[in-house]
Amino acid sequence: MTSTQLPPARYEYGGDEFIFVEIDEQMSMEANFKAMMITNELTERRLDGIVDICPSNASYMIRYDPDVLAPGDLVALLQELDEKAGHVPDDFVLHTRIVDVPVLYNDPWTHEAMMRFRDRHQDPESTDLEYGARVNGFDSVQAFIDHMAANPWIVTMLGFVPGLPFCYQLEPRERQIQVPKYVRPRTFTPERAFGIGGAFAVIYPVQGAGGYQLYGMSPTPVLNVKQDHPDFEHSIVFPKAGDILRFRAIDQAEFDETRRLVESGEFRYRQREVEFHPARFLQDPQAVNDSLLEVLYR
Amino acid sequence: MSARVNVTTGGLSTTVQDAGRPGQYAIGMPPSGAMDQYSYRVGNLLVGNDEKAASLEATYIGPSLEFTDDRLVAVTGGDAAVTLNGESIPTWEAVAVAAGDVLEFGMITSGARPYIAISGGVEVPDYLGSRSTYTLVGLGGHEGRKLADGDTLALGEAPGTGTAGTRVADELLPTFRSEVEVRTVIGLCSYRLTDDAMKSFLSTPWKVTKDADRVGYRLRGGSLDFVEREQPFGAGSDAANVVDLGYPIGSIQVPGGDEPIVLLGDAVTGGGYATIGTVISVDRDLFGQAKTGDTISFRAVEIDEALAARAERRQLLDRVREQVS
Repeated sequence: MTSTQLPPARYEYGGDEFIFVEIDEQMSMEANFKAMMITNELTERRLDGIVDICPSNASYMIRYDPDVLAPGDLVALLQELDEKAGHVPDDFVLHTRIVDVPVLYNDPWTHEAMMRFRDRHQDPESTDLEYGARVNGFDSVQAFIDHMAANPWIVTMLGFVPGLPFCYQLEPRERQIQVPKYVRPRTFTPERAFGIGGAFAVIYPVQGAGGYQLYGMSPTPVLNVKQDHPDFEHSIVFPKAGDILRFRAIDQAEFDETRRLVESGEFRYRQREVEFHPARFLQDPQAVNDSLLEVLYR
Repeated sequence: MSARVNVTTGGLSTTVQDAGRPGQYAIGMPPSGAMDQYSYRVGNLLVGNDEKAASLEATYIGPSLEFTDDRLVAVTGGDAAVTLNGESIPTWEAVAVAAGDVLEFGMITSGARPYIAISGGVEVPDYLGSRSTYTLVGLGGHEGRKLADGDTLALGEAPGTGTAGTRVADELLPTFRSEVEVRTVIGLCSYRLTDDAMKSFLSTPWKVTKDADRVGYRLRGGSLDFVEREQPFGAGSDAANVVDLGYPIGSIQVPGGDEPIVLLGDAVTGGGYATIGTVISVDRDLFGQAKTGDTISFRAVEIDEALAARAERRQLLDRVREQVS
């Protein structure tokens, strides 16, 4: 993968219990896969003193116990892993899954939430969708929605609150949507809201604060604390780093029917195992997206 | 019937907390746990518990508790008048209680969070290795929420190793001031601030705003400038925006440049605002006892000083353990 030249990584002490490693200041698939390779390798080493290993979009973070593992030794090890990982190779293959995530775009609930916080927005006179469409050069809100819903996104980080997936659009950079975060974060966001900030799409697992532009609502959960839904048997959170999610546009009738299935415990995400070849994607994004979607809906 | 304690009134915001729930950060779950770990652990040691047993963490206004059997109780942390059946009792000391006894709190006089350790510990269900409450998504603790009037909490079997009247030397007790200095390792994305802004950050006495809870403390008192740049791809156009990344517990971010936020036990685990440094682990306790209107100053330290503070804390707890045994 030679589309992005990565700078030398930056190693920073986050107090005495964290090490933050910035692979790059800007987002790229290369930076994300590099963070994934290093953190996967560290996970496999099962070192004493490692508490949390958190791959992020273009960085990663480790929580450790400095009484067991000296900070300087850990940094030296991470530097060694960085060198070993080198460039993400052309034949790098991600064994992952593609998942259909239904989204009711322009739904009444996020619309209402967004209207309550116009004073915190860049453009109080527009809705979030109108603003996003305009700054990304779309003729209409519908064209903007179609672009978000058409091709899939890849999960490049989990965090903020449990189960929230940060998703990077599988489009060439010039076709990727970018929007600023709210000038001041909202104090309310409805549960399962779909939004975008920077180049990342998210689904808010629970009601709470949030700074991303609000575009829709998913009927399906990404967090299940009680683990009483079938897709949450092994973890309280559904998304995993590396998952490929397709935010398919649905109508109100399908939203209501899906909610009914979720509440009765019958809902299962449509998902298929896939191999994702980043180098092939960079060469011909649409061909890769078409084949991913073909597998998902076959 | 198993042992229990009745919560007559829940207080302002009282939750079950323990040493925390580490190991879940990568899915976006913070560790939670007692905000002032030292006061919490000393409380458990005084009543003969494992120092990581589940206790109650009160905020500003404590709960009223009615006991249903013989226990030892110790109130540590933020100072408040504490009574048993209307009679004043000492804090930072193991006190014997019996069935029908009622523990009550007056207003807080210094600090912010009293801890109530009960011999046997609060026996709420374990969730992913901890009994700590994480109210943001409603898990752990008692039904995932703060205590309400009329709640009943199960208690564990008292270990029987504590003794009423147990105290530790005054020099081992913290004092809570309304002006505190916290040691901070500068770094993470501190390159986003101008040199002048960093100097200003470190020399400003910041006031704790009313937005100060277990997730984080929002401060006010100055304005910090970011280095001008063309924003990197994916970050968002605001100068405070970065490509979303992990936030260490204790990390400081400055959305908008004028209100630093320090993340604590129930932290959001990541996001898109530039982080400029991290409060050392020992000094996170100081936020647990800081209240709205208090003043916080940040002092830059290197990692070695953070480790030395950690070792000093460990020795302090060793001395507490010696004195209670």
